[in-house]
Amino acid sequence: MTTTSALCDSLIKIVGKNFVSNQKEERYFYARDGGLMPPHEPDFVVMPKTAEEVQEIVKLANREKVPIVPKGAGLALTGLVIPQRGGIVLDMKRMDRILEVNEKARYVVVEAGVTQGVLKSYLQKHHPHLRHSIPDSPPVATIVANAVIHGQGRLSQQHGFNSDMVSGLEVVLPTGELCRIGSCSVSKYWFSKGPPLPDLSGLFLGWFGTTGIITRLGLKLYPCKKMRDIMLFLADKAELIPDIMLRLSHTEMVEDVVVSAAPLPLRFRGTFWIMAYITGDSDEELEFKRKMVWNALWEYFESRDLGFLSVSPDMKAPLMSMPSKDTSRFADVSKGGGFQYAGPITPIEKFPAFIRKLEEVATKYNVFYASTTRLIGAGHCMMFSFSFSFNRANTDEMARAKKALYECSKFALEEGGVLWKADIYEQRLLMDKMDPNTLVLMKKIKQLLDPNGIMNPGNWEVK
Amino acid sequence: MPLPKLKFDKTKCAECKAISCLVKCQYMDFKDKDKAKKEWQKVINGEDSSVLKSCTTCYACEEYCPFGNHPFYLIVERQEEKGILPAPRPIITMWINQCQPVGRFMVGKVEERALSYCLLPQFNTLVKGKLFDGIALSVIFGQEFFCNAVYLHYAKASVIKDRLPKIVENIKKQGIKELVCLHDECYGTFTSLTSAYDIDMPFKPIHYYEYLYGRLKELKDLIKPLNIKAAYQRNCSARLCPEIDHYVDDIFGLLGVERVKREYDRENALCCAEIFRMAMGPVLADDVQKRNINDMVRFGAEYCVFNCPACWDSLAHKVVKQGIKPIHMIDLCKLAIGEEQALKLPELVAEV
Repeated sequence: MTTTSALCDSLIKIVGKNFVSNQKEERYFYARDGGLMPPHEPDFVVMPKTAEEVQEIVKLANREKVPIVPKGAGLALTGLVIPQRGGIVLDMKRMDRILEVNEKARYVVVEAGVTQGVLKSYLQKHHPHLRHSIPDSPPVATIVANAVIHGQGRLSQQHGFNSDMVSGLEVVLPTGELCRIGSCSVSKYWFSKGPPLPDLSGLFLGWFGTTGIITRLGLKLYPCKKMRDIMLFLADKAELIPDIMLRLSHTEMVEDVVVSAAPLPLRFRGTFWIMAYITGDSDEELEFKRKMVWNALWEYFESRDLGFLSVSPDMKAPLMSMPSKDTSRFADVSKGGGFQYAGPITPIEKFPAFIRKLEEVATKYNVFYASTTRLIGAGHCMMFSFSFSFNRANTDEMARAKKALYECSKFALEEGGVLWKADIYEQRLLMDKMDPNTLVLMKKIKQLLDPNGIMNPGNWEVK
Repeated sequence: MPLPKLKFDKTKCAECKAISCLVKCQYMDFKDKDKAKKEWQKVINGEDSSVLKSCTTCYACEEYCPFGNHPFYLIVERQEEKGILPAPRPIITMWINQCQPVGRFMVGKVEERALSYCLLPQFNTLVKGKLFDGIALSVIFGQEFFCNAVYLHYAKASVIKDRLPKIVENIKKQGIKELVCLHDECYGTFTSLTSAYDIDMPFKPIHYYEYLYGRLKELKDLIKPLNIKAAYQRNCSARLCPEIDHYVDDIFGLLGVERVKREYDRENALCCAEIFRMAMGPVLADDVQKRNINDMVRFGAEYCVFNCPACWDSLAHKVVKQGIKPIHMIDLCKLAIGEEQALKLPELVAEV
């Protein structure tokens, strides 16, 4: 086996000395994320600029059997880019080019380090009639990482998971080959990640970098209307929320549906805030959509079970911002900036049970909670977040938050939910419950693609 | 401590021939005085009445009653007694929770004369410049000083009766002798509501119009007449203190502003109607707002002068679409003395 020093030299040879580090401060930083998973240091942090460099690094790692973990902004909060077995963290931020926007086929091709904020800004400036589905993570979150974890965003109610909006991939396989997935494998156009070909994107999306490193990604873009507004409804019976979400979805007029619940600030206590976002190119279009939404919910309004809250401009601004800043605010409720959530993907009928569980667990472990639910697809499922904030200086509070999270995750699984961006503990829970033949298939795929098990080891490890 | 009781004199109603509380109502059809009298008697008696369900909570009957007998407060009491919800339950819950005192006293350098921002942060923007020299820092704000009149919209007189005496006490404890109320809701609370519920007032409430009028007279050398035609937007809580309305004319007179003589002003004013949207849905609210703004246009208003920040939030961007400039009364005074408008039109459409 090559010595650490020799490995370092080889990495420097590939990317240059400014983009390789084994210094303590880098190893400290890349050992952790903002969540509750214990840190583990990498041996090297490497920042490639090109797919060719990524290939060379992967070949080297494969040859030397050194673990390698691709990383975007590290915002999943579930430790997915913590190098559980050390090795190389591959920070993709230097691959930051927006390569192509095809206006007529409505897609963009980006490199792996392009962030949500940069793409948003780029589209606003150069293609103002197009937009992408912005998740509520901070703007430094990358497009690729969000797709890899099956993120959701502002257009998920209409178009599903953000990974459903992928229109092509370029991937460095664990053995170093560069591979194109989707229409771009046979054409210069990146309009489809699969159809009409065999859809191979599933070999990489949702695998948390354990099957390859995405270097380029095509992403579907959608019409960007000139106007956007929010309609805010309040309910106080959890049992009504699934039907309210379905009715909103039924209108086919709503871009995004989000339901928030929290005991603080006081205005939130005792009510669920249902936010329906609408867009239009004219006042008339917006007004028509408003009417459709009102009509859809009128029965509940008339029975006094559902209220409409007129929103003042100062209140509207944060509700309209993309991404929402509420997550960041919530992260510091307990002071000390700690926050993590379990966000199972689940049928929307589970909302009442999940809310009850959240309140029960928060009381049991004495932790501050909040929940944000996002409707995905036309009522096909929802992401329900069991969110807990904690003070990083308070180890007891962190331990309680962790217990609370795992209890919620177990509950969600028992209730038929599927854990989203599961940490390694939750991945085990999922695999314990998974169809054994599915597990065998996963194992075969993993072994086929990554025979030396170098890719983000510890994650999706089928025993 | 027992909750204060409404001082309501049913003999005044018995003697009343006009039944103005219902006959003048803009939202209920009581042109027939006999019918109105019978229906109002039901309200007095605590019987079921269509009034309790049809009331839009516009507050106007408080102004219409020639005896100051507080018909609206009685309606609110009766609605609560019967569990009638003028607005959806979750909205009422939200309001009750949002404004509850939490022991957080937000005060400036409070002196014997102070300004009340109530729970309206917009005043942080508006209260600037020469008009507020010497008093701008003497400010109280937040739930501990929140006037609570809003619960009149939600059939929650009990919340007012529970919280208001403590609010009055909180203000007294600040050593305030004169409280300049920057919102009609506060002024109406500390004049009309406290009187109706026999709550002792240890300080003197001053309406900010009276304050502005006094300051403008002191600053008269700075005033350059604006020579504009303006529609005045009366708000719901102006109905709790109609005696103040003359200050609008007085101030406009000093500033060279013509208050257009339109259909929906003074006693016949239409409120901003946003409370109707929350209580009854969009149809009535849209209709009232449309009639109101069309009326401003019809009578040639160049400006719409707002008293209430909530009305501003509801209507400012809508009047602009009809070519009318929205401005708050404080800003109007500032313009006349050469200062800038502080409260600007909100962005209508957030980023996409």
